Amino acid sequence: MIAHKDNSNNARYGMVVDIDRCTGCGACMIACAVENNVPPAAPTANERTGITPMRVIRYEHAGGTAFVPMMCQQCEDETPCAAVCPQNAVELDPATGIVGQIPQRCLGCRYCMAACPYHARYFNWGDPTWPDGLEKTLNPSVAPRMRGVVEKCNFCHGRWHEAKELAVANGKTGPVEYTPACVEACPSRAITFGDLNNSATSVNELAREKGSFRLLDSIGTAPKVYYRSRRDWVRAASGNASGTAEGAHRG
Amino acid sequence: MHLEQPRGLIVASSTLSMRASAAPADRELILRGLKRCSLSQFSLWVAPWAVLLVFGLYAAFLCLARGLNQTNMDNRFAFGLWIFLDLTVIALGAGAFFTGFLLYILRITELRAVIQSAVVIGLVCYSGAMCALAVDVGQPLRFWYTFAYPNVHSMLTEVTFCITCYLCVLMIEYVPQLLKNRKLRQTTGALVFEFELHKVMAVFAGVGTFLSFFHQGSLGGLFGVLRGRPFAFRDGFAIWPSTFFLFVLSAAAVGPSFIALTSGLVEKVTGRRLVAARVYDKLGSISGRLLVFYVLLKSIDTLVWVNQTSPSHGFPAHRFYQWSPFGTWMLLAEIILCGLVPALILLRPDLRAKRVWLMSAAALACAGVALNRFVLTIQTLAVPTLAFDEFLSYWPSWQEFATFGAVIAFGVLVYSFSFRYLSLFPQERELEPLTNTREPGSHRS
Repeated sequence: MIAHKDNSNNARYGMVVDIDRCTGCGACMIACAVENNVPPAAPTANERTGITPMRVIRYEHAGGTAFVPMMCQQCEDETPCAAVCPQNAVELDPATGIVGQIPQRCLGCRYCMAACPYHARYFNWGDPTWPDGLEKTLNPSVAPRMRGVVEKCNFCHGRWHEAKELAVANGKTGPVEYTPACVEACPSRAITFGDLNNSATSVNELAREKGSFRLLDSIGTAPKVYYRSRRDWVRAASGNASGTAEGAHRG
Repeated sequence: MHLEQPRGLIVASSTLSMRASAAPADRELILRGLKRCSLSQFSLWVAPWAVLLVFGLYAAFLCLARGLNQTNMDNRFAFGLWIFLDLTVIALGAGAFFTGFLLYILRITELRAVIQSAVVIGLVCYSGAMCALAVDVGQPLRFWYTFAYPNVHSMLTEVTFCITCYLCVLMIEYVPQLLKNRKLRQTTGALVFEFELHKVMAVFAGVGTFLSFFHQGSLGGLFGVLRGRPFAFRDGFAIWPSTFFLFVLSAAAVGPSFIALTSGLVEKVTGRRLVAARVYDKLGSISGRLLVFYVLLKSIDTLVWVNQTSPSHGFPAHRFYQWSPFGTWMLLAEIILCGLVPALILLRPDLRAKRVWLMSAAALACAGVALNRFVLTIQTLAVPTLAFDEFLSYWPSWQEFATFGAVIAFGVLVYSFSFRYLSLFPQERELEPLTNTREPGSHRS
């Protein structure tokens, strides 16, 4: 299931989300928004027009309720969004395995959004605005996005830059360790993050364990976000939309 | 001076009947040998379209000034009415390139009767689509980025390059028509330029055909390459999914039908015979043959997708059709009602000889290509992929409808002015000869 590249000098950052541990508290969503300068939702925004690079989805099933944190799945093979962007505003960084978005180059055609099977891309439908005074809380490491461009989770690339700069200043080379905001904020430690190429990391071990799975594995996008659950019906839901006829809900 | 009362439908003809005894006030601009309605009547025809255009421009301005939050598109329905409109008008506008291909490359000379009209239709379709796209993208001022930082693996890059180039070709093809204007012909330089342009027009037709084949295909490829959307994803040949070839073929098949349909509509509106029956017959015949071929390939493609492509990606195809109102009826309507039925009508010489059958079949074929583009644009985005997805619907906002209307109005206006002041149908003089010796607008000659 995991394409190992242990001999590579590059990192391959990935995530393992334990769905059984997620309580749906939404702390990861808040932390993500604060870290990445996501503006407060416009009064006219709804769940389909808001910007939520990290989003917890409530999945109702006869077997119970599951909370599924959804973010960019950081696809690896022929990354759907990067392959279709007409002006190279999306790129897969070989040094980190992170799918990056360059908002300054984005035309806003939204072809990448149509290409994403995980609906993990968000468009800035209006101008980003912050209430008076709140702009002082903006994270200086992350540039706010302008109207008319697409954005998504980039595994807190601002934090990676800071970690990389610190490592270089200390004379270290190679992959660096850092923690995205959602991982840091999760009170139930449902999210594990690290280098999938490094066999010594927890994320590598968890991704290999029985019960770990990836969403829509059958379409061959090779995401670097893994999920875990001991519940059969949760694992069964990783496949496709076949189960939705029973009536699932997003939360 | 004697002028005939026009036959057929004239807009507001009951209250604004043509003043047959008077030449139009703008007679100096109307070509010799052509009869046109009075300027006031023409103004009444143009006025509602102009109002629609202005209203649509206001809506487009709102979208550009305030952002796309003026639309009802969202993060799931990233494409909406405008992309559907673009794909449809570009498919219908294929009549321009395909008629040019048939006339200049395959030398089917009967089509000279409609080539000018086809070029104008192509021009309005493509320029209208480009205008809608300019509103649809979030950062229209960055349009040149695609040329500066092209991703050669993206179908959209190919579409952007080819459509831009083809629009330039269409503009060049339109120039000789403009130069036929009575006033412009009084300039020697314009006459020489027109003469020289005609010499190289076959080259532009060839270039236009090449560009069109590719961008029509790439528009189909836009959706066929989406692995993340198993409803649209198709296997294919080399780097091209099957939708690439189906889009080319469907556009080529429907193009002549749309030319026939619009020519018939213009005849109805103006009350004048503009195109000989044999030309309609030829257009219908070509469209019918290509439609049969398209229906055959589309059916094979659908069977391969249902039995192989979709299941191999973990998605039983029948699941896509369980979401109301997008049931299998849409598939059947597209392939049978709007594909096979018009194809069979157009293949029968006795049926296509009757105008009502020909126009009905042409309209059905055009509706079929519109339905095909709707399915790929809207249904693809509506059906869920993840287990915890819901089937979502989308209804455009008034700004989207108004902008849509503006594109239609823009097309009607450009075509109306072109028809009035240029010669879009060379057979018009032959089919509707002026009975008087002094034609309208030639009182000085």
